[in-house]
Amino acid sequence: MADPAKRVGLFVTCLVDLIRPSVGFAAVTLLEKAGCTVAVPRQTCCGQPAFNSGDRASARAIAEQVIEAFAPYDYVVAPSGSCAGMLKIHYPELFHGDPNWRPRADAFAAKTFELTAFLVDVLGVSRVDVTLEASATYHDACSGLRELGVRVQPRRLLGSVRGLVLKEMRDADVCCGFGGTFCVKYPDISNAIVGKKAANVAATGADLLIAGDLGCLMNMAGKLQREGKTVEVRHVAEVLAGMMTEPAIGAPTHGEEPTPS
Amino acid sequence: MTHIATSPRFKDNARAALADPELQNALKFVEVNFIARRREVADRLPEFDALRDSARDIKNHTLAHLDLYLEAYEAKVTAAGGHVHYAETADDAKRIVLDLCRKFAARTVTKGKSMVGEEIGINDYLEANGIVPVETDLGEYIIQLRHELPSHIIAPAVHLTKAQIEADFRRAHRDLPADRNLTEPTTLLAEARAVLREKFLAADVGITGANFLVAETGTSIIVTNEGNGDLTQTLPKAHIVLASIEKLVPTLEDVSQMLRVLARSATGQEMSVYTTLSTGPRRAEDPDGPGEYHVVILDNGRSSMLGGDFGDMLRCIRCGACMNHCPVYHAVGGHAYGWVYPGPMGAVLTPSLIGVDQAGHLPNASTFCGRCEEICPVRIPLPRMMRSWREREFERHLSPATARAGLGLWAFFARRPRLYGLATSLAMRLLALAGRRKGRFQWLPFASGWTRHRDFPAPTGATFQARWHARKDAR
Repeated sequence: MADPAKRVGLFVTCLVDLIRPSVGFAAVTLLEKAGCTVAVPRQTCCGQPAFNSGDRASARAIAEQVIEAFAPYDYVVAPSGSCAGMLKIHYPELFHGDPNWRPRADAFAAKTFELTAFLVDVLGVSRVDVTLEASATYHDACSGLRELGVRVQPRRLLGSVRGLVLKEMRDADVCCGFGGTFCVKYPDISNAIVGKKAANVAATGADLLIAGDLGCLMNMAGKLQREGKTVEVRHVAEVLAGMMTEPAIGAPTHGEEPTPS
Repeated sequence: MTHIATSPRFKDNARAALADPELQNALKFVEVNFIARRREVADRLPEFDALRDSARDIKNHTLAHLDLYLEAYEAKVTAAGGHVHYAETADDAKRIVLDLCRKFAARTVTKGKSMVGEEIGINDYLEANGIVPVETDLGEYIIQLRHELPSHIIAPAVHLTKAQIEADFRRAHRDLPADRNLTEPTTLLAEARAVLREKFLAADVGITGANFLVAETGTSIIVTNEGNGDLTQTLPKAHIVLASIEKLVPTLEDVSQMLRVLARSATGQEMSVYTTLSTGPRRAEDPDGPGEYHVVILDNGRSSMLGGDFGDMLRCIRCGACMNHCPVYHAVGGHAYGWVYPGPMGAVLTPSLIGVDQAGHLPNASTFCGRCEEICPVRIPLPRMMRSWREREFERHLSPATARAGLGLWAFFARRPRLYGLATSLAMRLLALAGRRKGRFQWLPFASGWTRHRDFPAPTGATFQARWHARKDAR
């Protein structure tokens, strides 16, 4: 018999859970196609809003809950560099000096991955069997890029999509201005930053904007739409899984054109 | 305190900065040129990252033994005929400088660029005591004419356009012909040179900062691109060096390593044009130099940072790369931060120096994109320390009450997965229904910060978890 299937606990992320479940199902599809069995333990959030707001006690309580919930699985995979960075980099920091929890957080961190990095680096996936006749530009979300080194993995997989042409935008690795609670605490600054990002996206002329973090995608989609730009915005998992039936992020249900505003 | 901090009004400052077309135009220089130049020289040097590790280690070592290196440094300065003065506070430093100026009956003091000088507000203090300070670095000279703080730690006037500087020169240099051509950067530079030349010759005391103090030799080092620092410190009767305690490095060998990362990180140069080493006053055989050499070493709260949550900040070599790479700095410029040190390094250092109750916005106004840490030549974990400030604010109940209440409510649900599942499932179905036709909202209650500038995508229906568990139950 072949190797037993890798048991993956999907950390779906709160935004995917609430706003765009199709990303979660796309992640499940990708993981199952790659030979994993996927489970979804009951979950809420990684705790990053508390952690980045200085509320370390709440962040710790949530981290303990997450570590417990995912204890049964060989791997923890998140369709988000930001949440995966929280689990993998910041959970061990949260338990610094704690002889009981620090080892558990370290072990948890060691088995946790961002989705595309898991597919490419751990499972050795090098291509997907999907066709999409379109041009696309890819935004490197900050945490995935700088905390986890996610850069080539999504591009390699997207490069294997038949018909898809990748057009790099200027400053693809520069922040979109989302920053979690930053975008509502400092909306005007956030707006200036995402305004530049939207201009760089539009300048590529690509049909599609793709990234691996729903927060950033919602921010960029919201700005592009407010400016009347027609580029479709999607999570990388949806594109790689070939699950494009859900309207693009912020787009109306099929057949219902938005009224001009 | 010295300068009145406008940091508590950061949001208003930022709004004004975003609405200032000349500032926005000027800021493009930082975003485009500084980054590209650093990238180019860093890529050309295969050992650049290894040098950054080495620079970090040199600074860590020095800070761990700072008392010993300070003592060794003082002994060498004294042996070379110079004097070391320790200033615990900004006021102490100012008094020491004033006393020295009075000793030399100084009427005019020339100044090389010094961020410590800005920190203690030395210019205003000297002026109030009847001494004329003249900034000789072009950028500092321009902002002195405008009565402004620097907006960048290595490019003080980077917030200004050429046209603004021309207007300042016409306003300040009234004795020059009105029809002169000032449209080119070279003509502006030539005019500043001519004006400053007389000041150099008239100065009784020259004040410079220091990029490094070398314990091995008792040497202070400045790196500049204009040569103004050399004229500032060699022509007058006395040279006063203003430096803070963390400028110490053990040896000249160490400095040569630090210099290899400093200019590359700062301006994208391999070396600055001038690297000037000063050890003591003029010796008998020297052709020129100051008659006296004084070093004022400022603490101003830094020693209490040693070994604590913000101790890594003392590694900072003031290259400015963090602000050059910061999307928030690119958006609002340096003045919005409201005090002497802007950008990510300012977001960590300013609360240490003037209090987090004053500067609380600064560590919050970051997306945590991590670019500053990625490029810092001495690998300071700037986002982590900004987060530490947020923790202090949270503990001291300094963060806004509405934000705390929202966070508390969210955390209550986030810690109760079943209740969270029920509540979010219901809420998302309602929101999805409301937003189904357009697919997005142009206005949402409690989210006006978001919807003021962009649409909010509508949830697409039941939550992932509700759908997943329903699917599993159906099987």
